[in-house]
Amino acid sequence: MAIRRGRGVAAINYPTGMNLGGDPTQALVHSTPTGNFMVTLSSVDLGQGMKQIMAQICAETIGVPTDRVVIDTADTDTGPHCMGTFASRGTHRAGNAVIQAAKEARQVMLEVAAEELEVNASDLETDGQGNIQVKGAPQKSISIFDVALSAHFKRGRSISGRGMFLIPRSYPEKETGAMKPSTCYAHACTVAEVEVDDETGEVTVLTVKNVFEIGRALNPKMVEQQLVGGSWMGISHALYETTEPYYPSRDHGGTDFNQYLMPGPGDLAQTEIIVLERPSADGPFGAKGPGEMCANPQIPAVANAVFDAVGVRIDTLPITPERILRALKAQAAG
Amino acid sequence: MELRKDYFADVRKDGLHEIGQARPRLDSPGHVTGKTAYFADRNFPNMLHLKMVRSPHHHARIRSIDTSEAEKHPGVVKVLTAKDVPHNVYTILILIQVGPEDETVLADGKVRWKGEAVVAVLAETERAAQEAATKVKVDYEVLPAVFDMEEALKPGAPIVNEYHGQNYYLYDSGECRKVRFGDVEAGFAQADHILEQSYQSSPIEHAPTETTGCVVAPEGNDRFTCYTNTQAMFFTLDNTSIILQMPGSKLHFVGGTVGGGFGGKVDVIVEPIAILGAKLTGRPVSFVYSREEEMQISSPRAAEKVVIKDGVMKDGRIVARKVTGYTDAGAYSRHSPYGAQKGAAHYPGPYTIANVWIDTYCVYTNRTPSSAMRGFGVTIGDFALEVQMDKLARLIGMDPLEFRFVNAYRDGDMKAHRQPTEGAALIECMQEASRIANWPVAEKYMAMSSYEKGA
Amino acid sequence: MAKVPVQFTLNGSEKAEFVESGTTLLHALRDKIGDTSPKGGCHQGTCGACSVIVDGELRLSCLTLAETCNGTDIRTTAGLAEGGVLHPLQRAFLDAFATQCGFCTPGMIMAAKVLLDRTPDPSREDVVEALSGNICRCTGYEPIIQAVLTAARANSQNAA
Repeated sequence: MAIRRGRGVAAINYPTGMNLGGDPTQALVHSTPTGNFMVTLSSVDLGQGMKQIMAQICAETIGVPTDRVVIDTADTDTGPHCMGTFASRGTHRAGNAVIQAAKEARQVMLEVAAEELEVNASDLETDGQGNIQVKGAPQKSISIFDVALSAHFKRGRSISGRGMFLIPRSYPEKETGAMKPSTCYAHACTVAEVEVDDETGEVTVLTVKNVFEIGRALNPKMVEQQLVGGSWMGISHALYETTEPYYPSRDHGGTDFNQYLMPGPGDLAQTEIIVLERPSADGPFGAKGPGEMCANPQIPAVANAVFDAVGVRIDTLPITPERILRALKAQAAG
Repeated sequence: MELRKDYFADVRKDGLHEIGQARPRLDSPGHVTGKTAYFADRNFPNMLHLKMVRSPHHHARIRSIDTSEAEKHPGVVKVLTAKDVPHNVYTILILIQVGPEDETVLADGKVRWKGEAVVAVLAETERAAQEAATKVKVDYEVLPAVFDMEEALKPGAPIVNEYHGQNYYLYDSGECRKVRFGDVEAGFAQADHILEQSYQSSPIEHAPTETTGCVVAPEGNDRFTCYTNTQAMFFTLDNTSIILQMPGSKLHFVGGTVGGGFGGKVDVIVEPIAILGAKLTGRPVSFVYSREEEMQISSPRAAEKVVIKDGVMKDGRIVARKVTGYTDAGAYSRHSPYGAQKGAAHYPGPYTIANVWIDTYCVYTNRTPSSAMRGFGVTIGDFALEVQMDKLARLIGMDPLEFRFVNAYRDGDMKAHRQPTEGAALIECMQEASRIANWPVAEKYMAMSSYEKGA
Repeated sequence: MAKVPVQFTLNGSEKAEFVESGTTLLHALRDKIGDTSPKGGCHQGTCGACSVIVDGELRLSCLTLAETCNGTDIRTTAGLAEGGVLHPLQRAFLDAFATQCGFCTPGMIMAAKVLLDRTPDPSREDVVEALSGNICRCTGYEPIIQAVLTAARANSQNAA
C-alpha cells in the first residue's frame, strides 16, 4: 500500500535510411538573377523541419545566409525524384543531394565572380554575408547579387547544380543473412525514474534523462524539438498507447482521443536531453537521422524502472495499471 | 538541451556558418498565423466527397453487392466497386520488387479484415455520401478468422491471404529472414547461465493531428492534380499509376506540408480511389479519413512477439543470442516484409556477441494491415532487447549499466550481419548517462572508448 | 436541404453567408468564408484543433452550429496579427520553437489567448489546464507551455 520508486536504463542504436539502401534522392539548385538560391526537391516535411534544414545546408555549402535560400518541394511536376520521408532518411539523403547540387552551383558562381574580378576561381572565398572576396584581400570583392546578374545577362552562365545521393541496395545472403543494412547509426542511452502506486497500478514517470548521439546537430533548437517530442512519444508508447488493448482480441479498440490515451500537458516527465556528436562518414556535415531513434529507448527504460519499483516484470506493451495490478496480485499469491 | 561538444571533438570540425546555428524555422510564421496550407486547406467548386463502405466482418466471402439504392440517393454522383478499378490487386512494395500483389483497392469476392474498403460512394456533400453508404447492401458469408500469430502459423489455420498461400511471407531465405553468425549451440553449451524470455506488444496508432487524405482536381487535359499528405510523393504516384493503369505523366502530385506523419502516411490508400473518382466523374474529389478511420482503419505499428534466448557468462559477457521475431502484418503485406527484415538487421542490438542466430517472420492475421511507424522494425525489438539486458544483469548480480559496458560494440567489431562496426558511440552515451543520472559505474567503464577494437 | 442565413463578425469584419442548416461553424469558416486556420482534426470535439473564440469564449467550432453564432464576435488565429504585427503569443511560439508540423498551433494559440485575456499572469498549472483540451503529437507540449508563459511575461512587462 505504497508509492514505490524505481529507475531503469536502456541503451540503443538506430540506423539512418531505408534498410538495405537503394533509396535515392535528387536535388536541384539554381540562382535567381538577383542571387537568391532556389532548392528544388520532392521531399516531404512532416513537421520535423526538413525544409529549414535543407535551406541551412544549401546556404552553408554555397556560402550565403540562410535567408537567401528558398525551398520548393513536393510538386512532382517540378521536383526531381525523392524516395520519401521515412526511415530517418530525409536529412541524410536529401541533405547530401543538396550539398552536391549546391557545390556545382557554387563552382559556377565562383567562376563568374573570378571573371568579374579578373582572378582565378581558386583565389576566391565567400564571406557568408552575400559577398565573394579574394582570399587575403577582402577589399577586392563583389556581391553575389551582382555575380548573379552578370552570369545571367552578361556571361550567359547558369548558376545551378544537380545532386543525387544513392546508397546502393544491398541484398541479404539467404543462409547467413550477410547484408549491409545502413552506413550510419545514431545512439542513445536513457535513464527513467518512475513512481508506481501499488494500489492502483498507475505509473508516473518523474524524470527521463536522455543522452542522444546524432552525428551533428545541424540546427540545435530543431534537434531539441525532435528529441523532446520523441521522448514524450516513447513514454506514451510504454504506458498508454494501443489500438487493441486486449490483443490479439480486437475488442474494445479505441476510436477517438477519449479512448486512445496519450499523456497530456499535465502528465509530462521532467525531461533532460544531452546531445553528443560523432560525425558520420557519409552524412551531410556528419549528420545522422535522429527522428525515430529518439522515441525508442524510453520504452524499455520505463519498463525496467517499473520492475525496479515494484518487482514485477510486464513484458507486454503497453504497461497498463491493469497489467501491473494483475502481476502484483500473482506475485503476492505465488 | 545541452550539447556536449567535448565528446568526439577530435573527429569533428565545428565553426561552420549556418550549420550548427539555431536559425528560426521558415515555416513557423505560417504556422502561428494560420497561413500554412495543408492539403485540405483548399476548396474546389463542384467538389465531391468520397465515403467508403467497409467490411463489418473480420473474414468473409462477398456473395453479392447491391448499390442500387445508394446510387439513387439524392446527391450521389457515382458508386465504385472492384470492377471499376483497372488494376485492383496491388502491393505497394512492388516498386522495389517485393511482391506478390496481395491487396485490393476495393474488395473483390472476399474481405480479410474488419474495416476493409468494399464500395466507394461519391456525392455532392459528406452527408449525402454517408447516408448513401448505409444504403449499400453487401451479402457476406462469414468465414473463420485468425487473430493470434501463433495460431495463424499452426497447420490447419484459416488462410488469411490466398495470394501468399500460407500465413507468413515467403522470403528467398524461406519462412523467415535468417541471420547465422558463429555457433549459438556451442555458445549456449559454454554459457554459465541461459535465459529465454518472451516479449509482446500490441498495435500502436500514429495518431497525427491531421488525418490521412487527399483532394483531387481534374486539370481538363487528362491530367489530375492530387493534393495529398503522403510522406512519399513519387512512391505514391508510381503505385497510383500502376493501380489506375495511367501513365505517370498524367498524374501530378502536390504536397510536402503534412500535419504529422510518423510513418502513417506511407501506404498508398486514399489517392488511387480518389483520382479514379475524379476521372470517372470529371469533378474534384475529396477523400479525408475521419478520426475513427484514422484510429482503426489506417495502418498501425505492427504488434510483435520477440523471443530472446541468451547464454551469458558470470563475468558479464553474452556469448550467444538467439532471437525469434514475429511481426503481425495483419491481412496484407504493405511494408511488413521490409519491417520484419529490418528487425533481422537490427538484432542482436548494439552489442558484440560472437554467436548469433536470428529468425524474423512476417505473419498474416485477419486484422487491420500494419505498416511503418516511427522506429519501424526496431522499436519493439529494442523494448525486448533492453528489458532482456536488465534481466541478464540481475541474473548474474551485475549492475545493469555496467553489464551493458561489458558487451557494448566498438569500432571494428564484427556485427552478426557481417559488417564491421563503424562510428560507434554507445559507450560514450552510457558514460554521459552515468554522469547525469547519478548512476556511478566502475572507473574502467568510464575510461572505455568506442574507438578501440573490442577484446 | 434548407439553407439558413448566418451573420457574424470575423476578426473584425462583417460576414454574411447562407449555409445548410446543421453546418458546423468549422465548415462555415473553412469552406464558405475561406478562413482555413481552424483545423478539422477529429470533428468530434476531442482534439482542440478547431478551437476559435466566440464572444470571448473558447469554443470547439466542430461542435458549434454556424447558425447559433448570429451576431457574435468571432476570432481565429488567422486574424490575430494586427497590421502585420504578430501578437505576443505568436511571437513567443516562434521564439520558443513551439511549432513542428503546425497543425495544432492555431487551436493552441486560441486556447492560450483566452487564458491570457482572463489570467494575465498565469502559473504553469493555469497554462497546463488551459491547454489540456488541445492535442499535440509532435512537440511533447513543453515548448508550447514555455511559449505561453513567456508571452504572459512579455505582456506584463509591457503593461508595467
